[in-house]
Amino acid sequence: MSMIHVNTTVNGDEVDFVCDPRETLLDVLRDRLSLTGAKEGCGTGDCGACSVTVDDRLVCSCLMLGAEAEGKSIATIEGMATTEALDPLQVKFIEYAALQCGICTPGILIATRALLAKNPDPTEEEVRYWLAGNLCRCTGYDKIIRAVLDTAKDLRADAGEAR
Amino acid sequence: MQYHTPDSFEDAVAIANAATGTTRFLAGGTDVLVQLRADIVTPDDLIDIKHIAGTHDITHNADGSWTIGVAVTGAEMSEHPTLKNDWPGLVEAMDLVGSTQIQGRATLVGNLCNGSPAADSVPAMIAINASIDITNATDTGTATRQVAAADIHTGPGKTSLTKGDVISAVNIPAVQPNSGDAYLRFIPRTEMDIAVVGVAVNLTLEGDTITAAKVVLGAVAPSYVTVTDAANALIGSTLDEAALDALATAASAACNPIDDKRGTIEFRTQVSGVLAKRAAVIAYARAKGANT
Repeated sequence: MSMIHVNTTVNGDEVDFVCDPRETLLDVLRDRLSLTGAKEGCGTGDCGACSVTVDDRLVCSCLMLGAEAEGKSIATIEGMATTEALDPLQVKFIEYAALQCGICTPGILIATRALLAKNPDPTEEEVRYWLAGNLCRCTGYDKIIRAVLDTAKDLRADAGEAR
Repeated sequence: MQYHTPDSFEDAVAIANAATGTTRFLAGGTDVLVQLRADIVTPDDLIDIKHIAGTHDITHNADGSWTIGVAVTGAEMSEHPTLKNDWPGLVEAMDLVGSTQIQGRATLVGNLCNGSPAADSVPAMIAINASIDITNATDTGTATRQVAAADIHTGPGKTSLTKGDVISAVNIPAVQPNSGDAYLRFIPRTEMDIAVVGVAVNLTLEGDTITAAKVVLGAVAPSYVTVTDAANALIGSTLDEAALDALATAASAACNPIDDKRGTIEFRTQVSGVLAKRAAVIAYARAKGANT
């Protein structure tokens, strides 16, 4: 089996790795780059626990090969907080208790960040449709949705003050 | 498994023709990777076509027609500023496939070539007379032929494509004046499911009268069904109650569905008629200029 050498960018850092052509990006992130924030829930693109962005596009890392990451820019949950502070979205998820077991949380945070970058003022319905591919078996979603809407409101207020 | 990244369709054709085992093409991978990981299909050669120039482009041609690259994702179709003005039914059908994450990768051609009789974008493509460019080897090099989207899928998991065939573009015709298309599907939940019934309708009007129509059903037979009787029920009418009832009767009569936990034969048959009426009403309003 010939291995493939891949050069890519993960959370702003240039990285390279060698992988089997059948390995998914999720396998590579977790097993070769030790970035275990993205989770494998289903492995079939249904649950969203493995959500990352690739060139700012939200995808399931379980449905993309590691080899396809060549030349791309990947963003995972590990890049969300700084060493000094959590992201406002993470703060709000804690405040609202928008998580219990936490397996789905990295994917939901990444998916939400992608939503708010595209649409800073989503309706509740838009949030629910956007996150339909992120399954959570603990919370019943309501706390998640409220945390997202409240973060969006805060971020809009901050943006207004900055102006 | 050999992973190939050709930078031309000629090279992709050469790799596909030289392959002796199982070959798969990789665009969005939302079906191929699931099959790969579940050991349902283990390709010997996996040909990633995303490095080929033009595969990510949505092009509005001078004659009003559209060319959609084979790696264009559902999200890129939905975000395009003008494609959905011309063909809202096509864009809404593709947008129904999977989640936001799936939309970031999934493609029209993948939806077609996966071979499911329940793909949402396929009835929409057939209804608007989309055609598919297929490139393959000839004695002197390669050549590209055009095949109607309706002639690709032949049955569950089956297509008419043969060895070395590489789909190189999707062609969408220029929209005619006073025309509208629409796609509706039934699923038992709100999101993240596969069509139990899918109906695409494409209409052209002269004044209030329908002069051309195409009605295509998905998920109610081994392959997609273009229902001529349903189109004929609409043509010449102003979409009055009698025409809508005749449309529903014709759509239901064309069904030959399976019976499973997601929908019984009786249910799928009845819902085909109901959805055909609703899709026709939307297509008619769009043909009248409604922005719905």
